[in-house]
Amino acid sequence: MSDTAAHPREDDPEGSEEPTEGADGAPDGDLDETPAAGAVSTGAESVVAALEAAGAETAFGVQGGAIMPVYDALYSSSIDHVTMAHEQGAVHAADAYGVVSGEPGLCLATSGPGATNLVTGIADADMDSDAMLALTGQVPTEFVGNDAFQETDTIGVTRPITKHNYFANGADSVGDTVGEAFELSRAGRPGPTLVDLPKDVTQDETDRTPGPAAPPAGTDPDPNADADAVEAAARAIEEAERPLCLFGGGVIKAEASDTARTFARTYGIPVTTTMPGIGSFPEDDDLSLSWAGMHGTGYANMAITHTDCLIAVGTRFDDRLTGGIDTFAPEAEVVHVDIDPAEISKNVHADHPLIGDAGRVIDQLTAAVRAAPDAEAWRERCAEWKETYPLTYATPDDEPLKPQFVVEAFDEATDDDTIVTTGVGQHQMWASQFWTYTDPRTWVSSHGLGTMGYGVPSAVGARVAADNMGETDRDVVCFDGDGSFLMTMQELSVAVREDLDITVAVLNNEYIGMVRQWQDAFYEGRHMASDYTWMPEFDKLAEAFGALGLRVDDYDEVAPAVEEALDYDGPAVIDFHVDPEENVLPMVPSGGANGKFAAAEDQL
Amino acid sequence: MSGDSPDSRPAADGGSPSDAGVPEPDPRPAPSEQPGPEERDHPTGRRNLEGIRIDPVVEAEHESRRAVISALVEDEPGVLARVSGLVSRRQFNIESLTVGPTTVDGHSRITMVVEETDPGIDQIEKQMAKLKPVISVGEVSGNAVTAELVLLKVEADDPAAVHAVAEMYDGRTLDAGPRTITVQLTGDEARIDDALDAFRQFGIIEIARTGQTALARGDTPTAPGEKPGTAGEPTTHDD
Repeated sequence: MSDTAAHPREDDPEGSEEPTEGADGAPDGDLDETPAAGAVSTGAESVVAALEAAGAETAFGVQGGAIMPVYDALYSSSIDHVTMAHEQGAVHAADAYGVVSGEPGLCLATSGPGATNLVTGIADADMDSDAMLALTGQVPTEFVGNDAFQETDTIGVTRPITKHNYFANGADSVGDTVGEAFELSRAGRPGPTLVDLPKDVTQDETDRTPGPAAPPAGTDPDPNADADAVEAAARAIEEAERPLCLFGGGVIKAEASDTARTFARTYGIPVTTTMPGIGSFPEDDDLSLSWAGMHGTGYANMAITHTDCLIAVGTRFDDRLTGGIDTFAPEAEVVHVDIDPAEISKNVHADHPLIGDAGRVIDQLTAAVRAAPDAEAWRERCAEWKETYPLTYATPDDEPLKPQFVVEAFDEATDDDTIVTTGVGQHQMWASQFWTYTDPRTWVSSHGLGTMGYGVPSAVGARVAADNMGETDRDVVCFDGDGSFLMTMQELSVAVREDLDITVAVLNNEYIGMVRQWQDAFYEGRHMASDYTWMPEFDKLAEAFGALGLRVDDYDEVAPAVEEALDYDGPAVIDFHVDPEENVLPMVPSGGANGKFAAAEDQL
Repeated sequence: MSGDSPDSRPAADGGSPSDAGVPEPDPRPAPSEQPGPEERDHPTGRRNLEGIRIDPVVEAEHESRRAVISALVEDEPGVLARVSGLVSRRQFNIESLTVGPTTVDGHSRITMVVEETDPGIDQIEKQMAKLKPVISVGEVSGNAVTAELVLLKVEADDPAAVHAVAEMYDGRTLDAGPRTITVQLTGDEARIDDALDAFRQFGIIEIARTGQTALARGDTPTAPGEKPGTAGEPTTHDD
């Protein structure tokens, strides 16, 4: 997206503003007299000063005409920039960077196609409440509305998928706007924000250094829940016979995993998580029932169906979790802890709404609950369900390699702090089911939006975040499907260029496998547009990118290939040719009762 | 979880790839051996479509009702688009939406008439409150003062009769031509409905309505936390 009307074309290498040409010479123009730290001379420098002041360390993006002034200001900034192959890669990388680091992700794109290429990732961050700031170039203010070259109404397009977006309206204020947008993204319930930056605003002169950044008034809510509501909820928990904790992604975002773990263990309450909540509670704990929902464990779905007191923290009761609302935890008094009042009773009625920060409210509950509920029989029942409905899969020797086995092999070969990223589809479900997660911020996936192609760019973002945190020894493993991999694998070029140590495991079944599974279950096996009759050789493709490429077809090749790829210092891709007929189970059919999950195909 | 199960590891060494590497069978119940949906216990309770337990709590079926929602907002570009986009995106049933300045520079009031269940009205208010330019929002209590302005153009076949009806409903004639008469009506919904019924006999050619706008009665602030003042006095709530 580097072509603009207002700037030299790519075939004009002498152009003074050609980005690559400036790299080995002194920056031109105003930058010859680089001002003292903190002082700024243009809107773009004010933008960068605001980002630095807010603590941003890394940006992901793609250059282009309208954003060039900001990139020029980044040239002499402390902020690292990772140039991605595609803006969608930049936004997913920024999203994953935020998930792993706990700081807002930052991505940049130019106007028009640059901005619209961000849209999927912004929507993804919005659905998963991920803190992120997107900065987009825009045509000069006087051209806005004239359908100028590379003009898109970015504010209009992203309005429904951002927490808030801003149209920068002057060089003097743009730094403050960017600082506010950065802080707003992580205030209260996190979410993506965007600042659209017309080129004149970033190019204009200003000497105004942005002030201290703060979220707008009224957007940083009271972290404590109403005391009376806490007391009432505490009584409900004390009196429960079948209490169950449901920890959502909000527990992780609030850095409340430790608090939540202590709460559950102190009162002996079994725990299930949502998918975004994976890692909030260790799945190898006796109290853990793993995660609930459409492809959650049978025992989690039994427990959530039979509980009489559901303590739900930081979850928005998505339909993939609840199944049919009529049969969701139908006998449970619901204690709902959330920072966003709008989530209270949106999908599931909250008998005890506790609006506040997850960690703080759990502390309040811990102080208020006087005695553990008498739940010994219930815990035994949960343990029985774990015996009765284990996550297992058959490995008949006349069938091809099972994808679940690959996930288990990676889990076995890596440490607990390994970061797993995924695309979307069957492989994502197996990666969440057959890996035992113990730590928060180790599961990085696209949940609410279900964005195929999230895997490779999110592995890039996760790796950069871990490296920035000094955790270069952590492994980053991306489980991808063949379909998802084909959507964003160009970001391998970034991983190679930046020498990022990631391992991509493509669970290749030459299908859009989840669609194929649904076609078999609900469309009489009519495989319309799900059957990939020809697939590239991903191992060779990886080699062409400059990564390590391996191919695995059989069980006995799995462990050596996993070891080689993990040991390889740089990006590696293993193309696992897995059983194309394998299905994700258990499964709650869309809108069905969680307790009536199908453990096997013939139960659907 | 099966990730901890040592028996699912591949055999340690060689043999032909097709069999020696195949993992040992998992001794735990295979999916096909696990009890099916009908063999399990199921609770008898249910929730209604709003996620409220029907049993054992009261069977609460929410009827939709009309509500007037008033929001005090920052008068910044795009604020109306944010509000209207929210309403359409979340499928709220809305009858009218009006917007106009308040006594404070930089603030506007948005008045919406919606037809929703109580939980739906609650959601509208909460979702509106999340919009950054929205300073405060709430339902205007049932006895709010509401009014609408209507312009209607009728056939001028019997001007005297048109004028008589207009007078009866405190209307004003804004334009009288050889073929049409344009009348302005104001009032609450019931009054407007009655007037329109009366004008129908003349043949209504065109109609333009502003939609209802509303203020709370007496000292009650129209939007929660709003401090009623006179023009020129700040009316912002305390942050």
